[in-house]
Amino acid sequence: MKNTMTEQYQTIVRDGLWKNNPALVQLLGLCPLLAVSNTVINGLGLGLATLLTLVASNGLVSLFRHHIPDEVRLPVFVMIIASIVTAIELSMSAWFHELYLILGIFIPLIVTNCAITGRAEAFAARNAVGPALVDGFMMGLGFAAVLILLGALREIIGQGTMFSEAHLMFGESARYFKIIIIEDYRGFLMALLPPGAFIGLGLIVALKNVIDARQTAKMTASPTATQADNSALQQH
Amino acid sequence: MNTIQKHILSIGLMLAVFAIGSTSLVVITENATRDKIADNERQTLLNAINTLVPAANYNNDILSDTLEIGPIKALSTTTATTVYRARQNEHAIAAIFTSIAPNGYNGKITLLIGIYQTGELAGVRVITHKETPGLGDKIDERKSNWITQFSGLSLSNPKSAQWAVKKDGGQFDQFTGATITPRAVIQAIKNALHYFEQHQNTLFEQRHEKHYD
Repeated sequence: MKNTMTEQYQTIVRDGLWKNNPALVQLLGLCPLLAVSNTVINGLGLGLATLLTLVASNGLVSLFRHHIPDEVRLPVFVMIIASIVTAIELSMSAWFHELYLILGIFIPLIVTNCAITGRAEAFAARNAVGPALVDGFMMGLGFAAVLILLGALREIIGQGTMFSEAHLMFGESARYFKIIIIEDYRGFLMALLPPGAFIGLGLIVALKNVIDARQTAKMTASPTATQADNSALQQH
Repeated sequence: MNTIQKHILSIGLMLAVFAIGSTSLVVITENATRDKIADNERQTLLNAINTLVPAANYNNDILSDTLEIGPIKALSTTTATTVYRARQNEHAIAAIFTSIAPNGYNGKITLLIGIYQTGELAGVRVITHKETPGLGDKIDERKSNWITQFSGLSLSNPKSAQWAVKKDGGQFDQFTGATITPRAVIQAIKNALHYFEQHQNTLFEQRHEKHYD
């Protein structure tokens, strides 16, 4: 029993971070993903807000899963998610006001992130609270990781820096987090505009597919390789 | 009542319960954060004002010493806006108000402009704009210091004809690949200076209750 439980959690972790990554495989939530990934800090901010929403909505949906009538489950999910997002938006405005001023218009976009409704429907509504929370956390982490990676890619290519405007999130002392990767860089505008986001995400998806393909090739190749070794041994 | 009706009723009730529950969550959060958010907004506004007129130059409660002015053609404002008045020991020091450049490359550019009693610009900051990132957005103080060059200038310094981008024979730099944006901003600043010159006295008028004390 314990083994199957750890196995279940391992699958959840693997699914969220890699195998079924919301941004790279399910391709859900592209609207906020592409809009806010122009710097690392913006990506991190939206990533954390999305992660929080996912964990909270998965938890609540799973908690009430026996009480939510099947016929109206989608309106109920939408209400739960919308109220969580509003609560997060208000809390951010209260405690991270500067970051809120930047990400403010994108926070309501989280409501439109299908990854959240998707996880409520596909996972939280059918599983116990524990796994649902872990699933929300891992999916959120997978989504945030892609946001940050894409943010880094676009920030380096677009303006030659990393972690610029970190003070918006970590306070004044973080102003010095900014790393200038390329000195006297003239900037590459397209990377900062939406086309850059599409191309960047496309490249990351392609990279993931290449890694996956290599791995499958290795997996299928290794048994035959040992067989070949065996037959070679037998011949001698 | 037959079973189908009962079923529909129970589903409807559950939906209502969830609606009440999620609305309560929003209400509770709103209550808990309201004061802090109002505080933050005041602080953000005060910071913006103090980048134009340093806090050391005035000693009134500038966020309360305000004047509402209706939509003003010269400033291209379409709604009522607020004028913040800086005073030192009741003497007028500077006025801070909103002016809009309606003809940016991508629509309106909203400016916060501070002007000293002498007619000198305390400073200008861009509040909102939709100019092209990397080209026109250099009017934003976070991207470039172009906007800070206006501090200390007035209608007589430089001369009227010089209040333009270099391309139009003026003294201000345009950006590579973007002339429309700075041209619009410079025009809006010039308009604001003219407006201030004409309405200087009414802008600093004390509110009515002050007249009686």
